[in-house]
Amino acid sequence: MRVMLDQLRRAGLGPIHDKLQDGRRLDFEDGIRLYQTPDLTAVGFLANLVRERRSGARTYYVRNLHVNYTNICNKLCKFCSFYTPPSNPDGRGYVLSPEEAAARVAQYGGEPIREIHMVAGINPKLPYDYYLDLLRAVKAKRPDAQIKAFTMIELAQIARVARRPLGEILPELKAAGLAACPGGGAEVFSDRVHEELFRAKLDNEGWFEVARAVHAAGIPSNATLLYGHIETQEEKVRHLLHIRDLQDETGGFMCFVPLAFDPSRTELAHLAGTTGYANLREIAIARLLLDNFPHVKAFWIMITPAVAQMALWYGADDLDGTVNHYEITHALGTESHRQVLSTPELLDLITEAGREPVERDALYNVMEVPVGVRGKG
Amino acid sequence: MGSADNGLAGIEEKIVASERLSFADGVRLFREANPLQLSAWANLVRRRLHPDDLVTYVIGRNINYTNVCWVQCKFCSFYRLPGAEGGYVLPQEEIFRKIEEVLALGGTEILIQGGLNPALKIDYFEGLFRAIRARFPIHIHGLSPAEIIYLAKISDLSERDCLLRLQAAGLASIPGAGAEMLVDEVREQIAPYKDSAAAWLNLMRTAHQLGIPSTVTMMYGSVETVEQRVEHLVRVRELQDETRGFTAFIPWSFQPEGTHLPIVKRASGFDYLRTVAVSRLMLDNIPNIQASWLTQGPKIGQIALQYGVNDMGSTVIEENVVTAKGAVFMIPLDEIERLIRDAGLRPARRNTRYQLLPS
Repeated sequence: MRVMLDQLRRAGLGPIHDKLQDGRRLDFEDGIRLYQTPDLTAVGFLANLVRERRSGARTYYVRNLHVNYTNICNKLCKFCSFYTPPSNPDGRGYVLSPEEAAARVAQYGGEPIREIHMVAGINPKLPYDYYLDLLRAVKAKRPDAQIKAFTMIELAQIARVARRPLGEILPELKAAGLAACPGGGAEVFSDRVHEELFRAKLDNEGWFEVARAVHAAGIPSNATLLYGHIETQEEKVRHLLHIRDLQDETGGFMCFVPLAFDPSRTELAHLAGTTGYANLREIAIARLLLDNFPHVKAFWIMITPAVAQMALWYGADDLDGTVNHYEITHALGTESHRQVLSTPELLDLITEAGREPVERDALYNVMEVPVGVRGKG
Repeated sequence: MGSADNGLAGIEEKIVASERLSFADGVRLFREANPLQLSAWANLVRRRLHPDDLVTYVIGRNINYTNVCWVQCKFCSFYRLPGAEGGYVLPQEEIFRKIEEVLALGGTEILIQGGLNPALKIDYFEGLFRAIRARFPIHIHGLSPAEIIYLAKISDLSERDCLLRLQAAGLASIPGAGAEMLVDEVREQIAPYKDSAAAWLNLMRTAHQLGIPSTVTMMYGSVETVEQRVEHLVRVRELQDETRGFTAFIPWSFQPEGTHLPIVKRASGFDYLRTVAVSRLMLDNIPNIQASWLTQGPKIGQIALQYGVNDMGSTVIEENVVTAKGAVFMIPLDEIERLIRDAGLRPARRNTRYQLLPS
């Protein structure tokens, strides 16, 4: 402790440590200081205080699978290598029919999947009924699993093609099987970045409006931050504080997920990829600023299993996931990204790091752990 | 591994007071310390030894002069038995070409290593080193202890005489490869035909006494226990007390792919970082801890800068022993510098003797 306290003082983080001890909320200046200090260990120590206060040694994981129902998208975001525009110039475009999506899910019939994660492009040809049919078909195949689907961007699109307000259609989506929303598409809440990288996408205020409606309909969601492109530290801190304000208002967010941008094969391929330092720092700062979020996730597909394991000491209490099928980063093609971890491998990462694995469902209900799947103690 | 007060305050006091840690302390650090504690303590020691926040690297390349080897280490997928298909000895012209390439990149070091090839005796190495030194201003860092012990044997020389002749021909320093675990119970399982721990250490002792410095490695993550890792560290520390000849310690993880050991699990990033940190804390008499980009990749390699690492090793890499197993990370110079700066530290070029060079 003594050495760590010295290190906090050297890094100028003593006042932030005091605030955390007193349960006071961090502000914009604190956020900037946390980004600027080179002392990653001190930032991690502070984040770990908050993490352990909330979750102790518990580390949540979920057995899930991903279904990306279409890659056709009219948003043309510069950071994305997954989409094909609606004209489908390269012939790579696809749409899964509800039956095809259900068949994908059925492939995992024997596995104890708790969560089905469905996100995709903004495909203007898909009618409202498609989305309802998609939910119903998937839910019919796996009634025991919860569907976490549709970013705020997709929900805005669904309301547009339904020609009805979100408040009306959300209960219908819920009745068809929608249990939670993943929170993607937030990117960075900055008009500058929005204009530069994803101008066709729902604007920042629009994202908030959709999130409000989702939470008001009793559907919890996550929230994200896409970092590692052209955003500034100030923009990231403002992003986090915006989300904190919204959480104060709705209480509907479950988990925050910092998403590391991988520039390869995108229009921003000239940028360097995120560093291990950046990966841990984003998780730690999110944990520190978002004092009203129950969970912060390390998404190992984007930051490598090794960094995600370390993140369990830098603020993360959720290791996602036992992913069976995830195409969006796969399209990015980064060779070092492994796409699948088995449940024993995931449990091993958690227990080796001195943390306690806890299986959850999409809504963070704790599952009874079946005998025989625990990693070494 | 609880986070706040987990009973390690006594060890922390020793670290703060620059007191030597015991074998038992090392074992407790492995078993009980959490990563943030290890990071804070290793940072303290790194800053004490390197107060300028410099992180060094050397521009060099590996030259694997032969892959012929009879030792058959179970963790190696590089070797070919004498007479077997695919065995090679590099012609001198090819070695010269590789040296010209590294000099053109501003390099200062070649790491010459190979297998234990019964066809290559002392005159081969004397001829090679003299020919290199006559042509190129390059530091020859080469021949691991196993190679030198074997060379002395087949050339009918004492180890001391063999080293003297190599030194006279141009050998300037020795890589600490093949240390694996300096614990015979482990060596018998993973490399039964390799020299004993004592033989490895003796060779290094003789080299250091002749003024030939070396590095020292540790290959962890195979069949050893935590106690055996600490035993390795303590044996290295004891020899260093005697000779002061080790310039750097380089822990790296056993790579299970393509080897003959029944181990499938690759040691994790967590295990690497704690091993690096405990090494930094135990080896109070070795100035530098070198990262192993090759086995850890750039992300964990960078995070290691918060776990006691102050040196990034060699930047131009041709490491067949590792590439044959498919685990390789080649990182260009500007990327190394970016990663060091991103970590809030200052990159600096060095030579093989760890003297700073103008960049």
